[in-house]
Amino acid sequence: MSLKKVVITGMGAISPFGIGVKPLMEGLYSGHSAVISQKSEWEEQVKDLNCWVGAPVKETLPSKSIPRQYRRTMGPTAIMSLLAANEAIGDAGISESILTSGRTGVSFSSSTGSAESLTQYFREYFSSASLKNISSGTFFQVMSHTCAANIAHALNIKGRVISPDAACSSSTQAIGLGYEAIKYGLQDFMLCGGSDELDAVVCGSFDLLNATSCRFNDKPTETPRPFDRDRDGTVCGEGAGCIILETEESAIRRGAPILAEIIGFSTLSDGTHLAQSHSDSIVRCMENALENSNLKPEDIDYINAHATGTIQGDISEAGAIRNVFGDSGVPVSSLKGHMGHTLGASGALELAASVRMLNDGILVPTLNLIHPGEGCEGIDHLMDIRRIQITTFLKNSFAFGGINSILVIRRYFKRND
Amino acid sequence: MTEQEIAERVKKILIKEFELKEEDLTPEASLYEELGLDSLDSVDLVVALEHEFKFTVVRNLDEEKIRSIRNLSDIHRFIIEKQNTLPQASK
Repeated sequence: MSLKKVVITGMGAISPFGIGVKPLMEGLYSGHSAVISQKSEWEEQVKDLNCWVGAPVKETLPSKSIPRQYRRTMGPTAIMSLLAANEAIGDAGISESILTSGRTGVSFSSSTGSAESLTQYFREYFSSASLKNISSGTFFQVMSHTCAANIAHALNIKGRVISPDAACSSSTQAIGLGYEAIKYGLQDFMLCGGSDELDAVVCGSFDLLNATSCRFNDKPTETPRPFDRDRDGTVCGEGAGCIILETEESAIRRGAPILAEIIGFSTLSDGTHLAQSHSDSIVRCMENALENSNLKPEDIDYINAHATGTIQGDISEAGAIRNVFGDSGVPVSSLKGHMGHTLGASGALELAASVRMLNDGILVPTLNLIHPGEGCEGIDHLMDIRRIQITTFLKNSFAFGGINSILVIRRYFKRND
Repeated sequence: MTEQEIAERVKKILIKEFELKEEDLTPEASLYEELGLDSLDSVDLVVALEHEFKFTVVRNLDEEKIRSIRNLSDIHRFIIEKQNTLPQASK
């Protein structure tokens, strides 16, 4: 069986910087933080949080642009997913006949389904001990595959629908599975990505594990601080990212703009701890991704790190990068200092941003990284914008549940026929 | 409550909850073919009617009547019938 080359031809984003890939890149290139205080929004919902900051999508979503018969089964996470998918479809110039051909699939994920709808559901249930007043659409908003299923429904997609729920690794894993579906000839097009909502209860889940930042509640833009010595935890964000994958031959035939090529993927279990990815398991995942791409460490010229700003997680990732890449000087940055940890969306949003950086010849530094912390030193941290033409990069994502996922992306070079 | 009052209140529900256009809401308009509602909407419509008209739909007693509802006039008739079965005090 001949393996297909898989290329990226479209991208869409809903991020704490706004609606669309353009505001995402403007936010990142300007070096601004999208983190703000959430205290007034959250204190009535959860009274005893330690972390009161977050990175919400501040613009009102154009939800009404989605017809009611589709919108009624969507919470904010599915709405953001569909809006990001629509942008990516427009970017790739994909027609309705392609979407409905059966050769197009969806691989899209979130951590929990709609947190807002889930909260409303249980508020009603616990206050009345009845489900009678729950609307018929609520289950479809809450279910774990709400993003993938609602995208497929709204776009009349008839190919495979995959929803790998893998917490913060969700969208990187979803893109990887979409990549494999095309590589092995099972589909010609895949709409891939992930989404999550910012919600007090979601932040609270990280809070009770002591994984959130709590010392910067009065100066939100200074946190999270990936790899920095003063980091004290992560900050939750929200959004959705969509990446359109298709075969190289299809993209060439359609005359579609090819933004990059995916050349490898690895997703492996840590196997030792549910809450902390051990450095050794990250090493295994990076080595596996390199092997899957037939590359050596020296072939990688940028790593878009997972680094969320937690004490232990950043040390594990930095240690793994040192271990695999030695003193090769590969530049590393995390985008979570700018827009917090967008959870199930983070892999897709950060991949979309990295693909744009690849094409723009600009690498964004890690915001709030001033002094690399103990255990995080010894790698080439990007601390200022770097103008550099890169060819191949890694996108790292690690999740609660011990799920590590890494994509290998390369600048697209036209094949010689 | 007159049938006219019932019809107005049903219209308001259909406009607010199901984003239908007032001009489409004729008594003969088919809920499914013409107004585009479906089985999920029918679940929500029943809940909305229960709230608005203060009655309870009992599945094993009312299911056939609910299933036979095809247009707005059928809804009006169903509401009148349900209200007639309510105890006088709560009418």
